[in-house]
Amino acid sequence: MNASILSRRVLVAAAPALVATQAAGQGAAQTLLNVSYDPTREFYREFNASFAAAWATRGQARPNISTSHGGSGRQARAVIDGLQADVVTLALAYDIDEIAERGIIARDWQRRLPNNSAPYTSTVVLLVRRGNPKQIRDWGDLLRTGVSVVTPNPKTSGGARWNYLALWAWALRQQGGSPQAAEQAVTQLYRQVPVLDTGARGSTTTFVQRGVGDVFLSWENEAHLALQEFPQSGLEIIYPSLSILAEPPVAVVDANVDRRGTRALAEAYLQHLYTEDGQRLAAKHHYRPRDAAILSANASRFPGMELATVDDVFGGWANAQRTHFADGGVFDRIYRPRR
Amino acid sequence: MSLGLALIWLGLIVIIPLGALALKPWELGPGGVVEVLLEGRTLAALRLSFGAALLAAGLAVPLGLLFAWVVVRYRFPGRRLLDAAVDLPFALPTAVAGLALTALFAPNGWLGAPLEAWFGWKVAFTPAGIVVALVFVALPFAARTVEPVLRDLPPDMEEAAATLGATRAQALWRVVLPSLLPAMVTGFALGFARAVGEYGSVIFIAGNMPMVSEIAPLLILVKLEQFDYAAAAAVGLAMLLLSFVILLALNLLQRRLRRAAA
Repeated sequence: MNASILSRRVLVAAAPALVATQAAGQGAAQTLLNVSYDPTREFYREFNASFAAAWATRGQARPNISTSHGGSGRQARAVIDGLQADVVTLALAYDIDEIAERGIIARDWQRRLPNNSAPYTSTVVLLVRRGNPKQIRDWGDLLRTGVSVVTPNPKTSGGARWNYLALWAWALRQQGGSPQAAEQAVTQLYRQVPVLDTGARGSTTTFVQRGVGDVFLSWENEAHLALQEFPQSGLEIIYPSLSILAEPPVAVVDANVDRRGTRALAEAYLQHLYTEDGQRLAAKHHYRPRDAAILSANASRFPGMELATVDDVFGGWANAQRTHFADGGVFDRIYRPRR
Repeated sequence: MSLGLALIWLGLIVIIPLGALALKPWELGPGGVVEVLLEGRTLAALRLSFGAALLAAGLAVPLGLLFAWVVVRYRFPGRRLLDAAVDLPFALPTAVAGLALTALFAPNGWLGAPLEAWFGWKVAFTPAGIVVALVFVALPFAARTVEPVLRDLPPDMEEAAATLGATRAQALWRVVLPSLLPAMVTGFALGFARAVGEYGSVIFIAGNMPMVSEIAPLLILVKLEQFDYAAAAAVGLAMLLLSFVILLALNLLQRRLRRAAA
């Protein structure tokens, strides 16, 4: 966590130097900074190489692409505070909206690229321990007494907000489902959370390495990564009956690319996410690709499940944020002492 | 000239940033600031941060005294290594310390597992874990402030007390301890100041549950994540003022002790 803050400071300090070298010669290699969130590290490392090669075949100099990772909200704040990002690839639209609010990105950013500017999707799954000793099958099983659940703090983690909304969407769909019932369900769930880490990676560590909790609410791709990293742990992925369609959005940072003269490069970078290469890489790193053919080719890793959207269930991110996660919202009520 | 330079640096590094911090919260209006600060969650976080830092500094002082006593008064192999080791918490990145302590005290850790099995104590992910992390960062301050005073304290004072009929305990209690007291207060103040704003080492071990184990610096971060800069600054300003009052009181106490000793 500290390392990412440090590297960002270095990048901020280095940004003017990058501009200077770029102005020096016309055909010189351009630089591109992608400011992203935590679990995309492995994906963008490979994607950057793929895009650089594609860009070079168009007769351009091979660009230098760097990617910075951290909690989605914190990354957005760094861009607001002046980090010279060319593109942002964050966990939720709300964070990009906050940047757009300050005039650094055009307000209609979400309509500039296909699929709500989200080239890949993900969802929330349940990760359980070897043999699933607590017999977790669906969200309802998490609410049984004696089941301990690990999820990060929705106040500080974008991923945690998706977790919370997924449970809410499921609770609404149950017999007699109502906002009151859903609030009861999330209240019950967070009473069974022993540790609220600040980010998704921290929670993964708490669950996998510290051995805390029976179930871990995880990004689908993060769950697959945990299985890969700790094959001897016997962790199992459980797909609930209904989950949420997470659409991590991407956008060109208009103010920065215009100043640095990198708009063409930045736009091509994001468009590359929608190409066959980009989609295939997304699938390889456990993001659900938008391309139907590539999705069905990987159907075994992306089992079909009902996915609710934030727009349908919550009326968009701005609404969800205001109702649930802002100060005094539903989430705060959970921790208000009962008198 | 030198006074001017000192004032310029003080201004650039201390006064201007703190001034900006002091101005920011009022964007909310006085009522808004009071509302942020009197919220149950803010009060709980401030109580925890200050309570845990005071407790940790209080624990670090006797531990530091013990350490300084051993290093100054005894000769044994490895003494210099031990002497150097106490400074490690100064140098170690706090995140590393936090990760190490969490791994050690987690329910499946080397210390955490037996503590829970034998005594039913949970340390990691509870307020107790916060105190453990804060003692770790405060300890070198407590040890390093007492050590030079102890080194300068001539053994003949204790010998004189003994010839006048004092027992060993009386000599320690009435002769040694009073002369160390001002240094111990300084060590307490430094250790407290270091601990109260500590974030890196605490965040991994705390559990971060609102109202229970959420420290004030985390609450500031939570406010920032919501892009609520003014509310974050309000909590920061409250921490600053509270710390200032406590440090001022400790300073006065230390001065009085020193005068009494002289």
